Amino acid sequence: MSLLIEQALNGVQLGVMLFLLAAGLTLIFGIMGVINLAHGSLYMIGAFAMAWVANKTGSFLIAAPAGLLTAGAIGMLMEFFVIRKLYARDHLDQVLATFGLILFFNQLTVLLFGRQPLFVQIPGFLEGSILLFGDVRYPVYRIAIIAVGLLTAIGLYLLIARTRLGMLIRAGATNRDMVRALGVDIRLLYTALFGLGAMLAGLAGVMAGPILSVQVGMGEQVLILTFVVVVIGGVGSVRGAFVGAMIVGVVDTMLRAFLPQTFRQLMTGPDADALAAGFSAMGVYMLMALVLLVKPKGLMPAHG
Amino acid sequence: MTLKGFVSGAAFALLSYAPAMAQQPVKIGMVTTLSGPGGYLGADVRDAFNLAIEMEGGKLGGVPVQVLVEDDALKPGQGKEIAERFMKTERVRLLTGIIFSNVAGAVVPDVLDNGGIYVSPNAGPSNFAGKECHANYFVVSWQNDTLHESAGQNATNLGFKRAVVLAPNYQAGRDAIAGFKRFFKGEVVGEIYTRLDQTDFAPEMAQVRAAKPDVVFQFHPGGLGITFARQYQQAGLLESIPMVVASPSLDSVILKAIGDAALGVHISSHWNSDLPNAANKEFVAAFQKKYGRIPSYYASQGYDTARAIGAALKGTGGKVDDTKAFSAAMRKADFQSVRGDFKFGPNQHPINDWYSLRVERASDGNLAIVTKGKVLESHSDFYAKDCKM
Repeated sequence: MSLLIEQALNGVQLGVMLFLLAAGLTLIFGIMGVINLAHGSLYMIGAFAMAWVANKTGSFLIAAPAGLLTAGAIGMLMEFFVIRKLYARDHLDQVLATFGLILFFNQLTVLLFGRQPLFVQIPGFLEGSILLFGDVRYPVYRIAIIAVGLLTAIGLYLLIARTRLGMLIRAGATNRDMVRALGVDIRLLYTALFGLGAMLAGLAGVMAGPILSVQVGMGEQVLILTFVVVVIGGVGSVRGAFVGAMIVGVVDTMLRAFLPQTFRQLMTGPDADALAAGFSAMGVYMLMALVLLVKPKGLMPAHG
Repeated sequence: MTLKGFVSGAAFALLSYAPAMAQQPVKIGMVTTLSGPGGYLGADVRDAFNLAIEMEGGKLGGVPVQVLVEDDALKPGQGKEIAERFMKTERVRLLTGIIFSNVAGAVVPDVLDNGGIYVSPNAGPSNFAGKECHANYFVVSWQNDTLHESAGQNATNLGFKRAVVLAPNYQAGRDAIAGFKRFFKGEVVGEIYTRLDQTDFAPEMAQVRAAKPDVVFQFHPGGLGITFARQYQQAGLLESIPMVVASPSLDSVILKAIGDAALGVHISSHWNSDLPNAANKEFVAAFQKKYGRIPSYYASQGYDTARAIGAALKGTGGKVDDTKAFSAAMRKADFQSVRGDFKFGPNQHPINDWYSLRVERASDGNLAIVTKGKVLESHSDFYAKDCKM
């Protein structure tokens, strides 16, 4: 039982990380109509900026905002210099250009930091693990990730549901041209939104830094799963991204954790483990196919 | 015809004959992994390979060589495409460099079918070591299983009884678990396959904790190993369950990244930077001088591969077109390895000694990997007996 709870927590923790990445991706695609493959690079930039500042200053509390701001700033520069020229182009051009950005950022990071991964300590006050209840122990840092992720989700909800900027975002997701026709400075909105999405990706990178290794190419590893989340949740919907991320996080973790045992009861020999590993790797993609079959626009599409 | 025209014509004629008189450099194609979390592995092989050439003044075995390096990005398809380009447009006959067994699985058969020679500085998958062994296929590093057989023997020597084993679900991962189990005399209470692109091992940590073994064996090369070791420590498992690994899961780069988390890990390897032979001392000093870092065992293999190729080139006078003669010269392995004595087994995989290593704090306060003793001596691999050449 305690193993089940611990794995559920692991699933939720993966879920909130995916949500932070997917929220930005889905907003950018839903509102600007841009497929941004370089979203994973912003995650990497956040992690690298945080790692570099943390190693220079020795303080996570200085490094975390530094990572966020760097990712946000690079995101806005990226919008201004590259993405802005792509709004009117078709998706293939966008994919090509943003794929180029991935290569550019990866090589730039190699030049600046080298190929060897960076290492960041977990801040002292978040170290160790605590007893939650019964005999369930869980690392404090991962609890902090879940808390920050959920708070960010609430903050995003309030921003989108309760503020003027949020109103524009919702309007933009529903009918872009009408918003422009009403005289809203859509370019400024786009840049701000891109910065916001970049900052969320940066936040995921900052939080991942101390538990994963900060290395070139870390963005592409999560990008595919992030796209799965966006597709399952419904393009353009932040609520959908949240639901999708939680489903993907929990399903992926549970399959990895419990499928091998199930297979071992059904068949004998070492093949059971290898087969189970293969199936659990496929799990979320099969889930995506299933969701698309039943709801072709995802679980909670923004455009209704 | 003016004198000027005559002279330049003569010069042209001379120049166009010159390559036939001076030796054309032998082209060596290196397909290796330079990007992504496994990028430093290929970079170390490449750097050490180039170092060996540089130490001979642009030559290997007295023969001028030219190395073409390309990044396979850990994608088998990309590796195959590069190898084909090397062979078809660059006329390369001699290839090397592959780090990961899944890339080797795609590239090596292609090279051999085209009549080329492949010398592996790292990957030694089981499927090419037994029945499928080939006269033009050499592995300088090790056969995959043997790395982990040494870890299994090490765990047995240390008296562990119940083990959980973890490795990524690909050829080398399955070889790793097979190898460990072959030499571990205790009971394997859990067998967990991870993914080659996995970044978070929290679910696996929970499974390890629940299985309550008295030792954990894991194989996670490159960036995976860093993440795994750190998360193992963060999950509080390092204090309670000791870890036994072979060198890919704890090389000098991983050590630098995880720091104190590496103290107490039981490592086994065929090479370490402190091995006392003269060739190794020369190599470690030259590598540190040139690149300013401690060579990883990948670097040692890249260096040995270059020297093994050098010995073969010397034997054939720089000819690679006659693959039979080249392979025969290669088999003699007439070079000073940084491991000490070097010998190929019947399947052209090396016969290695395996050492147990520990991470210790040196007198200058830095962590260092220190050789402690021998685990296996003159150890050949399980598949050699199936190889009929």
